[in-house]
Amino acid sequence: MNPHLLIAIPLAPLIAAVIAGLAGHRIGRVATHTLTITGVAIACGLSLYVLKQMYWGGVGTFNGPVYTWLVSDGVHIQVGFLIDRLSVLMMSVVTFVSLCVHVYTIGYMSDDPGYTRFFSYISLFTFAMLMLVMANNFMQLFFGWEAVGMVSYLLIGFWYTRPSAIFANLKAFIVNRVGDFGFILGIAALFSYTHSLSYTTAFAAAPHIAQQTLPVFGGVNALTLACVCLFIGAMGKSAQVPLHVWLPDSMEGPTPISALIHAATMVTAGIFMVARMSPLFEYSNAALSFVLVIGATTAFFMGILGVVNNDIKRVIAYSTLSQLGYMTAALGASAYSAAIFHLMTHAFFKALLFLAAGSVIIGMHHEQDMRKMGGLGKYMPITAITCWIGGLALVATPFFSGFYSKDAIIEAVGLSHRWGSTYAYWCVLFGSFITSLYTFRLLFMTFHGEERFRHAAAAHGHDEHGHEAHGAHEPRESPLVVTLPLIALAIPSLVIGYLTVGTVLYGNYFGSAIMVRPQNDVLAQMAAGYHGPLRLALEGLVGWPFLFALAGFATAWLFFLRRPDLADAAAVKFAWLKRILDQKFYFDWFNEQVIARLGRGLGTGLWKVGDQGVIDGALVNGTAASVGWFGGVVRRVQSGYLYSYAFWIVIGLAALLGWFLVHA
Amino acid sequence: MHDHLLSLLIWLPIAAGVVVLLLGERNIAAGRWLSLIASLATLALCVPLWRDFNTHTAAYQFVQKAAWIARFHAYYALGVDGISMPLIVLTAFMTIPVVIAGWRVISARPAQYYASFLIMEGLMIGVFAATDALLFYFFWEAMLIPMFLIIGIWGGPRRVYATIKFFLYTFLGSVLMLAALIYMYVKAGSYSIAAFQALPLTLAEQRWIFAAFLIAFAVKVPMWPVHTWLPDAHVEAPTGGSVILAAIMLKMGGYGFLRFSLPITPDACRELDLLIITLSLIAVIYIGFVAIVQPDMKKLIAYSSIAHMGFVTLGAFLVYAIVKATASTQGAGMGIDGAMVQMISHGLISGALFLCVGVLYDRMHTRQIADYGGVINTMPVFAGFMVLFALANTGLPGTSGFVGEFLVILASFKASFWYAALAAVTLILGASYSLWLVKRVLFGPVGNERVAKLNDLDGREFLILGALAAVVLLVGIWPAPLLKVMEPSIQHLVSQAIATKIPV
Repeated sequence: MNPHLLIAIPLAPLIAAVIAGLAGHRIGRVATHTLTITGVAIACGLSLYVLKQMYWGGVGTFNGPVYTWLVSDGVHIQVGFLIDRLSVLMMSVVTFVSLCVHVYTIGYMSDDPGYTRFFSYISLFTFAMLMLVMANNFMQLFFGWEAVGMVSYLLIGFWYTRPSAIFANLKAFIVNRVGDFGFILGIAALFSYTHSLSYTTAFAAAPHIAQQTLPVFGGVNALTLACVCLFIGAMGKSAQVPLHVWLPDSMEGPTPISALIHAATMVTAGIFMVARMSPLFEYSNAALSFVLVIGATTAFFMGILGVVNNDIKRVIAYSTLSQLGYMTAALGASAYSAAIFHLMTHAFFKALLFLAAGSVIIGMHHEQDMRKMGGLGKYMPITAITCWIGGLALVATPFFSGFYSKDAIIEAVGLSHRWGSTYAYWCVLFGSFITSLYTFRLLFMTFHGEERFRHAAAAHGHDEHGHEAHGAHEPRESPLVVTLPLIALAIPSLVIGYLTVGTVLYGNYFGSAIMVRPQNDVLAQMAAGYHGPLRLALEGLVGWPFLFALAGFATAWLFFLRRPDLADAAAVKFAWLKRILDQKFYFDWFNEQVIARLGRGLGTGLWKVGDQGVIDGALVNGTAASVGWFGGVVRRVQSGYLYSYAFWIVIGLAALLGWFLVHA
Repeated sequence: MHDHLLSLLIWLPIAAGVVVLLLGERNIAAGRWLSLIASLATLALCVPLWRDFNTHTAAYQFVQKAAWIARFHAYYALGVDGISMPLIVLTAFMTIPVVIAGWRVISARPAQYYASFLIMEGLMIGVFAATDALLFYFFWEAMLIPMFLIIGIWGGPRRVYATIKFFLYTFLGSVLMLAALIYMYVKAGSYSIAAFQALPLTLAEQRWIFAAFLIAFAVKVPMWPVHTWLPDAHVEAPTGGSVILAAIMLKMGGYGFLRFSLPITPDACRELDLLIITLSLIAVIYIGFVAIVQPDMKKLIAYSSIAHMGFVTLGAFLVYAIVKATASTQGAGMGIDGAMVQMISHGLISGALFLCVGVLYDRMHTRQIADYGGVINTMPVFAGFMVLFALANTGLPGTSGFVGEFLVILASFKASFWYAALAAVTLILGASYSLWLVKRVLFGPVGNERVAKLNDLDGREFLILGALAAVVLLVGIWPAPLLKVMEPSIQHLVSQAIATKIPV
């Protein structure tokens, strides 16, 4: 493969981002979005070309350096690319979704004063994400990892005058840094055994590292420690419990980036990373059990929170948490291909759901509360239909793309014999019910039933802020730049699973890019029973996951469409449960009231007591003061009065003579 | 020219400073331009220094030697290796923004102000270039005088307390170092640093010398618990003083550890390395927490400096623990590399952050975080720069702040999991204090009427911050040239550090 072509893939969006960022206000809006869209389109076209070359053209893996970042102590740390079937799939998904989001942004951000800045950021993000997935070494991985986090920080706080937005972006960065703390230790652990940062060296050394013991915590397996540390990084980036707290708040950012960064791409970086590191994780059952349990817990418990939230974007955000939990659980069951497959289908249908939600938000004049919506399907047909397609894919309806990926995960977890797999299986299976419940609740509350926005408009009539009463007009369908990306994403949400399940999941598409040890290979067992996508879907119609989803549909229909009063009654009856869920299991409370407070208290204590009290007060100024005191005493002796000196001379003489007399 | 290049680097800014002083306050326009030209010319002299530097040898280069005080065998001996050369370039580079930053801002006795900085630049370059210990000591002490004046004359309301604290602290340390140098002169019969490095010393002697050096350098770095002079000095110092203090003067301590402690007293270092490592980790964590709660922007950055300098001392002293844990020196050089890069990077980033505070202070005359809020609304370009430098301060990859911390963390894992884990806490603490500062000062709605009236950067300020931003990014994206310059000297230093000097 031509390395120049590969370099062009991340460089095109980077150049566009730099020009848009530095000169955007001078070259104007049209030039800015033309430039950045061209940049991403080039990256997307080239990624798809490379994908085609690798899949149909028989081109092999590319692994080579671009430039030497530094040489220290004989270690060559290079920026370089590893392009195999795993990374090229990620590149294609990232650039395709990014392209859709770029186009959509023209419509969504049209009246925003930060228009050019926004385009600069999302192109910069695309660059950073590409550097992450294309990396062939841990330094570059960490670079991409932090760079996407930085752009996410800038974009969550895009509307920087909103206190909630700048709280959310600080929170996101710091929580991610907690994950990165683990991540960098994981990298350092591997480095300490291989003296190299390249993937290939680390993968080759995995069986050897698995034999080593580190003398910490009473002796732990070195590879387990490294893998768990790396996974802690993934828990931050992919928002796994308990480091998930930043993702719902990240919805403070504009909707296009919720779709691009906080659903389709950046948050899946952790999933991608673990799959990329499969040659390491495969040698540590303990680490994989940890991954499995964390993933399953996230999948189930974060889904529940989606059921009680009323903000349309936050419901989708909890859904994203839950789906990321599914992917993580798949990783923990050694079903890496299933995780990446779900990552791909999820990228399409979740980006679609977010962009559809954005379209609804435009139609509702920036109202996000679903209690003030209802019946919008009539006014926004394209949005409603595409959103339904995304929803059906999300609940894993047979034939839709999400079905092929999610059912595979549930089955794979069921087949796994790893420690924790029974618990995980129940979590992901019941999760189907929850997924279906919150999805249909969202669809019903938004597009069907009573047109509640009319009450909202009436209640909103006397607006103190003076701007025109929101929702007074009937909602209208969004313009073509908004609906076109919806349609472009609806198509893969519908068909990509059917078309690619035989290849990606059961056809050994990934080859050597993903390593699974034979005794862990649950997907191989499933592949033995695979007879084409049609039969799989037909079997799925009577499978447990789909029956649970149907139950969820019925429940949602009853509580949120047919008899909404029942939902209110249940909320009263189970007020204690409602409180726990409204408080999101008290994670935020704990972080803000306990951890943040302790941190600030410790800082103040060390400053006031340690620095000002002990070091400055007692030691430094204390030394100065005692010198002063001593000086004061000595000064008294030197009074300047002759009789005083004479007196002291006599005393001194007497003492001296006395001493001589005694010792003589 | 190469025979006198280092002399030129030292004496050109000093001579220019004297001329500015003689021109006096009445010819200040000429004095300003002369200061700018002299500082640019000094940087220009660094071009041949860097270009013609031989990256394949650890020996001193551009050497120059002349008799100085024959009675004491002290020579005017200069030379640079891979450790001192980058620090000289940093010094020459960072003086320029200081000169430009004072352009319109300093109204009281500007000629003396510029003269102080130019003379200090020459003296600081002298510290890094001296290969004779007595000459080194001369520059080391002499540079305190202009800094003392800068804080004492152009400083804030509590400047007298701050200057006296600063002076006594650093002077106390230096006097002990002088005693150690004289002791070794008596034994070696020469003040050559190379002779000191070759001088066999018993463990007891090394312990005493190590202790004397430790006090001198620990105060300069500064290491916990002798760090409390720094926040006071920064708060009272004018912007330019803070920039030079943070960017260059703190590096003298790190340089001293690398040039004196490790090669001259390797056995004492081996014995006492845990002390330095512990103090470094305390600096990273304790000071990191203290930085979070600072209400004053300059104090916050001052504490952040102490925490970052913890990585310098940690990286420098990892060698013994690595040898003990792995029976190999692999990774030791990386720790020292990381320490060096951290020094350069911290010079750029902390200097830039102090300049940012200066930009705000010149407009609002307050450093209290609570007096700001929503500055981005009125100063978007400035906010862009400050966010960049704050992110660099958190060690974001792609900026220079990442390189040193990354190398030190990688190396420290080889020594011990716990060293790496405690050092890596900086990822969380650094992000907390840097970005919380950004949130409270820059983001949010316009905080008050005075913020609403702020003007964005003028051309002069844009130029300074832009140049610093470019270098911060360049070092982050492509640090290889910097590492290449240092590598032979650092490998040589590792071999010196692990050799024993105890006479058999």
